[in-house]
Amino acid sequence: MFYRTAGQFKTTYSADQALYPIRQDAILLGIVLAVAYVILPMVASEFAFRALLVPVLIYALAALGLNILTGFAGQLSLGTGAFMGVGAYACYKLTTIFPEMNIVIALFLSGFFSAAVGVAFGLPSLRIKGFYLAIATLAAQFFLVWLFEKAGWLYNYNASGAIEVRTLDLFGLTVTGPTATPVTQYYFVLVTVTVITLLTINLTRGRYGRTWKAVRDMDIAAELVGINLMRAKLTAFAVSSYIVGIAGALLVFFFKGAAEPNLFDIELSFLILFIAIIGGLGSILGNFLGAILIVALPVILNVIPDALGIPVSSATFEHINDMIIGALIVTILIVEPHGLARFWAVIREKLIIWPFPH
Amino acid sequence: MDTLYTVFVDPFVQMAAAPDFLMQVLWEGLVSGVLYALIALGFVLIFKSSRIFNFAQGIMVVFAALTLVGLHENGVPAWAAVPLTLLVMYCLAFGIERVVLRPLINQPDIVLFMATIGVTLFLIGFGEFVFGGENKVMITEQLGIPVGSLEFEPFGGFLLIEEKDVTAVALAILLVVGLLTFLNKSSMGRAIRALGDDHQAALSVGISLSTIWVLVWFIAGVIALVTGIVWGARAGVSFALEVIAYKALPVLMLGGLESVSGAIIGGLAIGILEKLFEIYWGQPFLGGNTETWFAFIFALIVLLFRPQGLFGEKIIERI
Repeated sequence: MFYRTAGQFKTTYSADQALYPIRQDAILLGIVLAVAYVILPMVASEFAFRALLVPVLIYALAALGLNILTGFAGQLSLGTGAFMGVGAYACYKLTTIFPEMNIVIALFLSGFFSAAVGVAFGLPSLRIKGFYLAIATLAAQFFLVWLFEKAGWLYNYNASGAIEVRTLDLFGLTVTGPTATPVTQYYFVLVTVTVITLLTINLTRGRYGRTWKAVRDMDIAAELVGINLMRAKLTAFAVSSYIVGIAGALLVFFFKGAAEPNLFDIELSFLILFIAIIGGLGSILGNFLGAILIVALPVILNVIPDALGIPVSSATFEHINDMIIGALIVTILIVEPHGLARFWAVIREKLIIWPFPH
Repeated sequence: MDTLYTVFVDPFVQMAAAPDFLMQVLWEGLVSGVLYALIALGFVLIFKSSRIFNFAQGIMVVFAALTLVGLHENGVPAWAAVPLTLLVMYCLAFGIERVVLRPLINQPDIVLFMATIGVTLFLIGFGEFVFGGENKVMITEQLGIPVGSLEFEPFGGFLLIEEKDVTAVALAILLVVGLLTFLNKSSMGRAIRALGDDHQAALSVGISLSTIWVLVWFIAGVIALVTGIVWGARAGVSFALEVIAYKALPVLMLGGLESVSGAIIGGLAIGILEKLFEIYWGQPFLGGNTETWFAFIFALIVLLFRPQGLFGEKIIERI
């Protein structure tokens, strides 16, 4: 009833290959975008922007980057956090060396630095596979975080050893720094994430996406049909690290405001990996669903004991949160190894054939 | 030329000039290498028998040590705390097999790997929930581990060896010998190896998959307890111990994921090399603290030449 696909005839190839060939999908996307762009900014509180909306978008973007590498190209990586750090430090250096530079340009340039580092650490993937590669990416994780700590040039020899974001303007609006309003920051992040997500969807549908999937599913067969494995893997590392780097820059410039090297340690890598896995490897939508779940869960859990009138100390609460997320990961893996995106796919299938189950 | 000299010649000159200090460094490296090897051994056992990359091995070390100390704090005498902890580790192995692994049979490797990360997170939360997050002191003396130190004077210098480190090495050797005897001589051990070689064949001759998995995870738990005791005696018991579990990963890369001897040799090599690098190159030239990444970069470079690790099985791909 809500999802009747009958009668939607495609008469041209371009209509058949449209981003959303089914009208209801396009309408649904329109509603989601309208909520994100219009309704949420009107109703959300400052707390919601700072604790929920902005982190969800940034983590979803990082998970999207990781998903290109792990979900589409099949190269498991545990070094995401460090690549986010490269993006953040690159953006920081760009904005301090060129104070006049537009923040948008600095942001998109900083992605290239993390892409370069990503390709450098992706080179071993040509010889190393599977879990060996996953551990090899940990080399990037530990080495880069150590570098952020030791290389004074990266943080302009601050006494604190941390990078701090100064106030930057864009078209007369303050977008970063302590004086920026949460709504402006939210819009900036939202637009960035929307643009990159759209580009990524098209990239994964196109030539490169199909090449990556072929490499993921069976690399030898892919090589036999003429795919250049080296180019496929390295482009996956480059695109993935580019997006991850931008997510890292956004994380520092629009969410945290300042960053110490240990912000980018292995726990961040795992957080992003959890989001990608819980959301569903090899899907775009899943990153957003996973990020919503992971970010919202502690906030919701925090509310429950108050509502029930049970006093819980913040330390205990954190332990329980760890336990629940751990149990949740295992449960989701058991119930649906393809993640939350698969749940949505199942619901959509059901809606299409409803009310006739066969 | 000067930089080349300071990097490539000078460290060796220093080593030759102060052989007693070099021996001290080597001994420290050896002891931490033994501990890396022990953790890697837990990984290898589980990977060999079930193709599961058990990320939870590190947290099992912390959990075992915490349980031991926590039980002792609550009035259980030390001699009774050890078997009780073993019982807890058995329950843990049983629970993991029943709740996590059994429903996930036949899933891709990465799903099982993720599940063990879930277990890791759960155990961190659970351990802190039950025993508290603060640091604890390992009950070294109560367990009868000597705490004194031995002094030697080789080459006219001075060498200090802690007795608990000697105990750690001795315990580790005992454990490895016992484990190898068990794997090679007992029927259970042969069943584990059979399962590691071929699941289908092992099942069809009547080896119970679930029994063996529980057993293997329990053995990994025993290794974790021993590691926890000896490392806890050196550095205290806290969740920071988990970082040494990450150190076991380059050991696995170097030694190969399914090789017991690889884990031991790789562990010792990494322990000694990273200490040498830190003392003679890291601190003078790189600002120190190179131990966080040296093992990984070293293993990565070795892997570029031997992608399956030093002792790993060569991967033959067919189409």
